[in-house]
Amino acid sequence: MSTSIAPARSSVPALAVSLRGVSRSFAAETRGERPKLVLRDIDLEIAPGEIVSLIGPSGSGKSTLLRQVSGLDAPDTGDIRIDGTPLLGIDQRSAIAFQEPRLLPWRTIERNVELGLPRGTARAAGRSRVSELLRLVQLSDAGRLRPRQVSGGMAQRASLARALARGPGVLVLDEPFGALDALTRLTMQDLLLDIHAAEPATILIVTHDVDEAIYLSDRVVLLGEDPNAADGSGSTIRRIISVPGARPRDRADATLALLRAELLDGLGVSSHHHKPAPLQTTVRFDTF
Amino acid sequence: MPGTNEGVAEGSNTEPSASLYQTVSQFGYSAAGTALATPQRGPRRPRWLSVLLGALLPIALVVAWQVISASGLVPAYRLPTPISVWQAAIDLAQRGLLFTDIGISTQRVLLGFAFGAIAGLIVGSVIGLSRWASLVLSPTLGGFRAVPSLAWVPLLILYLGINEDSKVILITIGAFFPVFTTLYLGLRHVDRNLVEAARAFGLNGIRLLTTVQLPAVVPALFSGLRLALAQSWLFLVAAELIASSMGLGFLLIDSQNNGRVDRMLLTIVLLALLGKTTDALLGLAERWLGKRWR
Repeated sequence: MSTSIAPARSSVPALAVSLRGVSRSFAAETRGERPKLVLRDIDLEIAPGEIVSLIGPSGSGKSTLLRQVSGLDAPDTGDIRIDGTPLLGIDQRSAIAFQEPRLLPWRTIERNVELGLPRGTARAAGRSRVSELLRLVQLSDAGRLRPRQVSGGMAQRASLARALARGPGVLVLDEPFGALDALTRLTMQDLLLDIHAAEPATILIVTHDVDEAIYLSDRVVLLGEDPNAADGSGSTIRRIISVPGARPRDRADATLALLRAELLDGLGVSSHHHKPAPLQTTVRFDTF
Repeated sequence: MPGTNEGVAEGSNTEPSASLYQTVSQFGYSAAGTALATPQRGPRRPRWLSVLLGALLPIALVVAWQVISASGLVPAYRLPTPISVWQAAIDLAQRGLLFTDIGISTQRVLLGFAFGAIAGLIVGSVIGLSRWASLVLSPTLGGFRAVPSLAWVPLLILYLGINEDSKVILITIGAFFPVFTTLYLGLRHVDRNLVEAARAFGLNGIRLLTTVQLPAVVPALFSGLRLALAQSWLFLVAAELIASSMGLGFLLIDSQNNGRVDRMLLTIVLLALLGKTTDALLGLAERWLGKRWR
């Protein structure tokens, strides 16, 4: 059993994720109403080692979709496969980190990371794996501290280390940096890319932050309801955008800025990006 | 990396092993390092100083008692001096009565408390974790809890007679409800996010219970146990006052009938000492368990 963990770098190779016709609806809050359809016919193929961001307006089912992939929830229809085999409930091959660190407050950081180790890991192997991971997320000095003694960014890194502990082929991140301050968020993004280089896993990440999505991912998936369809028709994949260039990306790149405007448009947010389109000016004149 | 050392509270080994705020807060758990900081403490006081400070008031009370009774302000047959109370203790000990009474009372409390606590632990866990069990059992248990426990006394005496069983069972009833109530409320309020995270890492069943749910309610559980212990002493005295031929409650009622105020005061002091000692032992158990389990 311990052989799967030692030597130090032991990750399962990154695995492909495939979603076909995934739909999920939830029972209505009030009686008599129809169940609320959240996701409809999601088809998505993610290559091994790819980083894919899910963005979309609030309530567009990003987190719901993520929970399907992590096995915490199951789709009503359709199937999800990791490396070609169907996902049935919680799966050793994938691991999740949440928006909140969700560390056990009575355990040290070290012992919290330990929780993520695959069951049956030998003690010594587990310990060396944990200290290696703490080094990777730059928490070597904080292993003995309790969660409430560390900052939000540190707790979030511990949560990442816990997710990595089992050497997942698929890493599922639900707005992992959403609750952090802007500067910490930037350093965490770089850290995630370092982690991805050290322990390559397929990463599926939900984010609210368009810049983050562009900076981190190979592809950005925009979820949302079809504006032309009836209300409550469920979110589908509206667009998939491949981000050009190799990582690490220049945060101030002009092409990426255009992409950003495009994504914000897709989210229904005005980017105040002035296109030299004559239509805009005429509209403006009409309204005055 | 910036932020590596920010927010690290000082004195990581001086934190309390377990405290109430860790139990059921929906916020304190997940948002580590935000809402709840380590309580700020001043420089550590030496142990002898805290013992001395705690002993000040009892010593002052005994001195005041001695002064009042020796000065004749209150006649001795109403308020005997501390020294005569001490002599009453020695007298009872020499007759071999004192330790019998203490022994039998302690035995009744410990037995009743143990049975009540174990039952409360089991029933509280089942109802706290299973929605179905809660739906079926909660209303009935709520009804039983609403019965003032002393109301069982006549029935217990009628069914079981005046003996050890009826007393221990009364104490069991008294100890059961605090443990049951705090445990099941605590389990209900264990942060769902934590449970979900643990499930996502493959924990379920007994491992989930022992890794997340029970440690999360340890502080609540121990406040329930301490309440239960206090209740146990309460019901002991009640049971012994009503019908007994041994024990501290019997000593009280017997001394009242004989006008032995010194023995009555002695019993009260003994009850205070015994109650405080057992409670302190429970506190030690909590700290020990806190270290092992957490």
